[in-house]
Formats: sequence, C-alpha cells, structure tokens
Amino acid sequence: MENVVEEEKFPGHPLLPYLLILPSVAVIVVFLVFPFLQSVQESFFATTAFGTKSVFVGLRNYERLFTSPDFRASAVATLLFAAFVMLVGLSVSLAVAHLLNQKLRGQGFYQIALIWTYALSPAVAGAIWALMFAPATGFVPYVVAKLSGGYLMNWMTNGSLALLVVSAAATWKMLGYNIVFFLAGLQNIPEEFVDAARVDGAGPWRTFWDITFPMLSPTTTFLLFVNMIYAFFQVFGLIDIMTQGGPGDATNILIYKLYRDAFLYLDTGAASAESCVVFVVISVAAIIQLRFATRKAIYAR
Amino acid sequence: MTPRQIKAGASHAALIALVVVIAFPVFYALIVSTLTFRQAYIYPPRLYPGTELWNNVVDAWNRINMGRLFFVTSVISVGAAVVKIVLSLMAAFAYTHFRFRGRALLFPMTMITQMLPLPVRILPTYELMADFHWVNSYSGLMFPFFASTTGILLFRQFFLTVPRDMPDAARVDGAGPLRYFWDILVPVSRTNIAALFVIEFIFMWSQYLWPLIVTNTADMRVVQIGLKMLIATDQISPAWNVIMAGTIVSMLPPLAVLIAFRKSFAEGIAMQTAK
Repeated sequence: MENVVEEEKFPGHPLLPYLLILPSVAVIVVFLVFPFLQSVQESFFATTAFGTKSVFVGLRNYERLFTSPDFRASAVATLLFAAFVMLVGLSVSLAVAHLLNQKLRGQGFYQIALIWTYALSPAVAGAIWALMFAPATGFVPYVVAKLSGGYLMNWMTNGSLALLVVSAAATWKMLGYNIVFFLAGLQNIPEEFVDAARVDGAGPWRTFWDITFPMLSPTTTFLLFVNMIYAFFQVFGLIDIMTQGGPGDATNILIYKLYRDAFLYLDTGAASAESCVVFVVISVAAIIQLRFATRKAIYAR
Repeated sequence: MTPRQIKAGASHAALIALVVVIAFPVFYALIVSTLTFRQAYIYPPRLYPGTELWNNVVDAWNRINMGRLFFVTSVISVGAAVVKIVLSLMAAFAYTHFRFRGRALLFPMTMITQMLPLPVRILPTYELMADFHWVNSYSGLMFPFFASTTGILLFRQFFLTVPRDMPDAARVDGAGPLRYFWDILVPVSRTNIAALFVIEFIFMWSQYLWPLIVTNTADMRVVQIGLKMLIATDQISPAWNVIMAGTIVSMLPPLAVLIAFRKSFAEGIAMQTAK
C-alpha cells in the first residue's frame, strides 16, 4: 500500500533535511530522553531528608516498592480502573459506532451529538460526575434510593463504589474519542467484503464477528493503547477533583501515588522507581501495539 | 411500513436514546448551574432550570479570576498546537522528500515519544525547568509537550499520497524545496493541519498535572486547576450551582474548536485510520 518514495525529490540540499528534523529531535532529546535517563538513574539513589545528599542504594527503591502494601494496592486499583476503561469503553463505543455506520438521515447531527465528550477534560468529567453522585442530594443516589426502597448510596465512604464511579466517569469522557476512531475504521472497510458475507448467507451477527471485527483490529489495537495511556496517566485531574485517591486508598491509582511520592512526600527514590515500572509496562504495550499494526498492514496488502 | 423503514426507525430510536443518555450528565450540570445554592440542595433533585445562570457564571468568574485563567490556558493551547504542527510538518517533509543518513531514525523516534509520556520523566523534567528558570512561565508550561508522534505520522502519511510529479513540476519551475514546502505542500495539507489543531488544542486545554506542578502563583494557573480551586474554596457543602457554572464555561473553548473544525477533524482521523 505504502509508496515509500526512495528517490531524492530535491537533490543538492544535503543539510536541509537535518535542519528540518533538528527541532523535533532536539525537543525529544532535551525534554524526553535526557529526563527519562535521569529518572532511571535517580531510581537507584536515595535522597536524604533535606535533599542535600544522594546515596547509591542499588535496587533498594524497587525492593521497597514491591514489598509495600500501598504500592500493591495502588497497582491493583490501576489495573481494575484501566481494565474497566478499556473493556467497557471500547465495547460501548464500538456498538455505538456500528449503529451509526449506516445510511441514515441526520448523520451529521448524530456524529457531533455522540462525539462531543471528546472535547471535555478529565477534570470537567470529574466535577460533573461528582455532582451526579453527590451523597444524599445527587441525582443518581436519589434514583437508587427510589428504586431500592431507601438504600443510601455513598461513594465517599465506600471504596469499591468509588472506584466504580471514577471508572465510569473516565469511560464516559472517552466515548467521543473512541466513537470517532471506530466510525472511521468501520467506514474504511470495503463494502464488498460485508456484502459478500451477506450473499453467502451470514447473518448480521456472524458478519460482524467474522468480517468486520477482524478487519477493524488495527483500530481496536490502537484504541486499546490510547485508552491504556489515558487510564494510566491522563485521568489525574479526574481523580484529584473527585476523590484525591480516597476513600482510604481505594482510588489511589499509580499516577496519583507517583505525584504524591514525588511532590508531597519528596520521596525521590520511590517516585523514580515508580516512573521506571510504569515505563516498562507502557513499553511492552507500545511494542505489542506496533507489532499488531505492522502485521495487519502486511496482511492488508 | 416496509421492513427497511422499520429498521431505520429502530436505528433512529436507539441513536436518539444514546444521544440523550450520553448528554444527561451535562444536561444535569446545566440545570444545576441555573439554580440558587439552596435550590441545588432540594430533595428530590430539581430537573428544570432556574433563573440564576448569569449570576452563577459571574460569581464563578470572579471567585477564581477566570479571565486570567482563560488567557493563560489559551496562550499555551494555541501556542503548543501551532508549534507541534510546525515541527511535525518540517520533520514529515524531511522524511518523505529527502534521502539522508539517519532517515531510518523516524521509527525509533516515534517509538521513544510514545513510550516516554510525562509521568515516566516527571521529576527530572521539573528539575530541568527549575534549572532553566522556567518554573511559572509559558515556556515551562509548553516545552515538555512539543514532541508529537501523532503529527509526524499524520503528515508523513498524507505527504506520501501527494502525486510524485508535484515536487518535480515545482523543481522544473525553479522552486527550491522550501518554496515548494511553503507554497504547495502546506496549503494542500490544511485538512490535516486543522485536524491536528483540534487534537492538540483539546489535549493542551485539558492538562492538569503538569500545570499543577510547574506553576505556583495564581496568575500562571490554568483553567483546569481553576475548577479545583472552585471546588476547594468552599465550605462543607459545595456550592454546586457556582461550580457547575464555572465547569460549563470552562468547556466552551475546546467544544467550540471541535465543532468549528469537525469536518476536517473527521476527515483527518479517517485518513489516519486508513493507513
């Protein structure tokens, strides 16, 4: 598919391409690679209380991390949270996009009416969902009390409920983004594939799972990765507005713990080790995602 | 009614139900933003609007000095989006129009950018800002975000679809590479530029963690932190009416950008997904 052009379009400008990529490379080296290497280095050091002296401690920071119940609780909360955002979010979005991907009047209206949550920030989503679930006076606790005959739902004292509510809020905010990408992916599937399956007598359900879903896998893989990054990092504002990691440590996901260790408790060693652990997880996910994307591209040829 | 009409009717019903369900939280927020403090605490919750919208907006605006927050956030959102677009255009141009040693760097570069989001380098990046004396400055707010994989990939993808004879024709006419880039390539990329602007503007407008760390005075705070201030300044019972008025106002600029560029945005995404 890709017509990578191997010839020189403008001969006689040997320096120009370097000047063109220089700003991008400089930004990456100065603000990404260099600080990251420093993170790695700092994860092997411990700083004394006043930050005056750094002592090499080998793997002690990592040891401390993996044996700490706080870190384990935080890791579990992060995984549950991310799993919810990825699985529930992508399933719902795919269903909506599939429904939207047909010739209907009012397409333009539906598209914008279904994707606008993309423009909201996680903090805005957090504020609105905090209002919806406000104990005693919020709309959702009211409906729950009505339906259950008086159950008083309070996510500010119930850890599992709190994790569920922040997960749902975070998922809601991402619906718009996911729907845009799924819809674009669906529209790129040639109609003759789907029609061929129909002619062969496959029902809509079979057609979806045998044709549409596999052909959509580059989009799905991409979205899984983006949603993972979102659930790991970008929801910081949502957590800070809704729960500040509470109640207890129920919603103290890694990014929130990392922020507190680094900037409130000034535990540089622990924070750097956490950064590196997160890096390993993200790298594995990034490589899997790219593998998938590349393999699919070859298959599509 | 034919089966086809029934099917279309069912689809419309389902889609409208979805639109309503997805919009409900914001609808509820909008209602609350029109109430008085006491009306916001009525039980059962009130689902029809009051008359206090304007007062609540003014109240929220003054409480957290929203004018200043809007100014700072607009500067960094537009600034970062523009810089990222320019850098990505330049890099993608180099990668698609020239042969040079190190061109194979593109792949590792994109990999690295994806694998190094801010949290894996947050402490040293902050220390770097302190060394540069960039704490509490626009540079400090923006610079760590200037690398853009999305942009380079988007433009590279698009440049590869530009007919091969266009650069040749330009060269025959005596135009140099920069002339061709600026006069031809950039104008034909406007859909992608608009799409990337939407993505990067919204991304930057939503930033919370980095601005929280790298700024420490009220005059350099951003809108998202303002929301937190609005919630935190209150007593035991949050003034939901004022908080929601502020929340609604804070989401208008990114929403306006998305709606204004929705066509280009959708086309840009479709192009990226096509591969």
